[in-house]
Amino acid sequence: MRQARPMRIACAALAMAAGAALCAVPAVAEPPRRVVSLNLCTDQMAMLIAGEGQLYSVSDLAVDPHSAVLVDEARKYAINHGLAEEIFLMRPDLVLAGTFTTRATVDLLRRLGIRVEEFAPENSFDDIRDGFRRMGDLLGRRKRAEELVAEMDRELAGLRAHPRPDVAVAAWEPNSYPSGNIAGRMGLTGMAKLPLELLILSRPDMVAGENPHYAAHSVAQDNFVHPAFRAAVRGAVSVPLPARLTICGGPFTVEAARMLREAAASIPERR
Amino acid sequence: MSGAARYRLLLCGLGGLTVVLFLLSLSVGPAAIAFSDSVRALFSDQSDAIALIMKEVRLPRALLGLMIGATLGLSGAALQGYLRNPLAEPGLIGISAAASLGAVLAIYSGLTAMFALALPLAALAAAVVAVIVVQALAGLHGGTLSIILAGVAVSSFAGAMTSLALNLSSNPFAAMEIMFWMLGSLADRSMLHVWLAGPFMITGWAMLALLGRSLDALTLGNDTAASMGVDLRRVQMLAVFGTAASVGAATAVAGAIGFVGLVVPHVLRPLVGARPSRLLPASALGGACVVLAADIAVRIIAPERDVKLGVLTALVGAPFFLWLVYRTRRRLA
Repeated sequence: MRQARPMRIACAALAMAAGAALCAVPAVAEPPRRVVSLNLCTDQMAMLIAGEGQLYSVSDLAVDPHSAVLVDEARKYAINHGLAEEIFLMRPDLVLAGTFTTRATVDLLRRLGIRVEEFAPENSFDDIRDGFRRMGDLLGRRKRAEELVAEMDRELAGLRAHPRPDVAVAAWEPNSYPSGNIAGRMGLTGMAKLPLELLILSRPDMVAGENPHYAAHSVAQDNFVHPAFRAAVRGAVSVPLPARLTICGGPFTVEAARMLREAAASIPERR
Repeated sequence: MSGAARYRLLLCGLGGLTVVLFLLSLSVGPAAIAFSDSVRALFSDQSDAIALIMKEVRLPRALLGLMIGATLGLSGAALQGYLRNPLAEPGLIGISAAASLGAVLAIYSGLTAMFALALPLAALAAAVVAVIVVQALAGLHGGTLSIILAGVAVSSFAGAMTSLALNLSSNPFAAMEIMFWMLGSLADRSMLHVWLAGPFMITGWAMLALLGRSLDALTLGNDTAASMGVDLRRVQMLAVFGTAASVGAATAVAGAIGFVGLVVPHVLRPLVGARPSRLLPASALGGACVVLAADIAVRIIAPERDVKLGVLTALVGAPFFLWLVYRTRRRLA
């Protein structure tokens, strides 16, 4: 129940790379004082963990209410657009980046002598714990990170208190990949990325996604929903799961898990 | 006589424009640096912030714009002359698609996270494999048609493999990085990229430049050219390997930048009197102008949105090409 889902080779390789990078950098005595984050997920993690005045700038995605959770918090910081020249001018002593999408910029910043730490996307709650602890170490705020992890674990334990192992969830939308993990965590059956035929056979009790109502109910403009799928999920409970809760790992992941959990609780006993 | 004078004037004009655009490219960026300061910083041996930005951020970008533009213009002109096909462009012989595939595999496998040069090196390696395959398929005595067909086959295969990598990507972030990379961009490239691509590009240019005379003779047809002492095997080798070296390196550092190699030779051909040997240098300068201008436009139009260079060149290039086709058609009718 606790083990992480098997990751594909690419992710494993990345995790290894990230681990190697972590080992190569010796622990610094002096915590960084001017931190710039280039990635939505490191933005949110840093905002939660960093001390007063430690974080200087977050990425432009952090103020996009569709993608980010801590939008109001993010507005307090300078906004960057992930360009090397712009970042360099901010004179950061630590740059936080994701392992994807800003490759060239990260290489160039390192060439300019700036310390860059990269974070791989999280695929499980273990990844989230590791990410928070690593961020805590980097910012010299291990205690704060441990608090956040403990809080997350407490809430997760609360959610797990009443397992409902026989609820089938259909994750609506191809990019709602983490919700499958959440479902697995909760003892539910993750149904993401299944062939339509198998999905129909599994008779989902719940549909989760950005806008599951399209799938669960007949809507005039939903001609891209397969009729068979619509028939299969008719009567299923729909859970609106905003993308901003599932893009990055963090306390919001627990929030997403709670939404699934509450919806699952409202389902009558399986037929 | 008047033709030669006009040709010289054209080269001077294009050369001047290239210099102006190169300097402009150096002066565009988020950091507000006065032009005189930026030029001074470029030649100073201090290591303050301005000097670092100029030498390590803007100079490589401007240099790569110049080099990649010249590569695309030159190889486009050389291929159109050699294949005597107006649709020929640097991507035709499969090198761009193969280099892209190499880069995509480097991203997909996570190699890019291990060390900085993994991506361009993988792209170059794939370009080498592609050129060997094309050359083998076309054969030593292969005509131009077999080169085109071999190129189309290699392009299709590399394209399919790239799609497969996207298709199987378990990580949406990796898929996104692949997509963005394939759009082509010069943003945040470093001098490392210049040093890596430079030798291949210069070798490629030298090989393509040697083609001038032979291309002029080829306008009279293969047999006539052969009777004039043109070694067709040598011409084929120079055209294929010259394009592969320069375009492979260009794609490896910047992704695929479309339409420049196709459009620029067509625009300049009427101005040089339709002589392939004259078109080569003019097209190289013209290509450099176009890519430098497009890269400046990308930074001025939407500095914060990071519009990709390859998107802009295709966006502007395609309608322009349509207009060119329309005009030619009317003249031919």
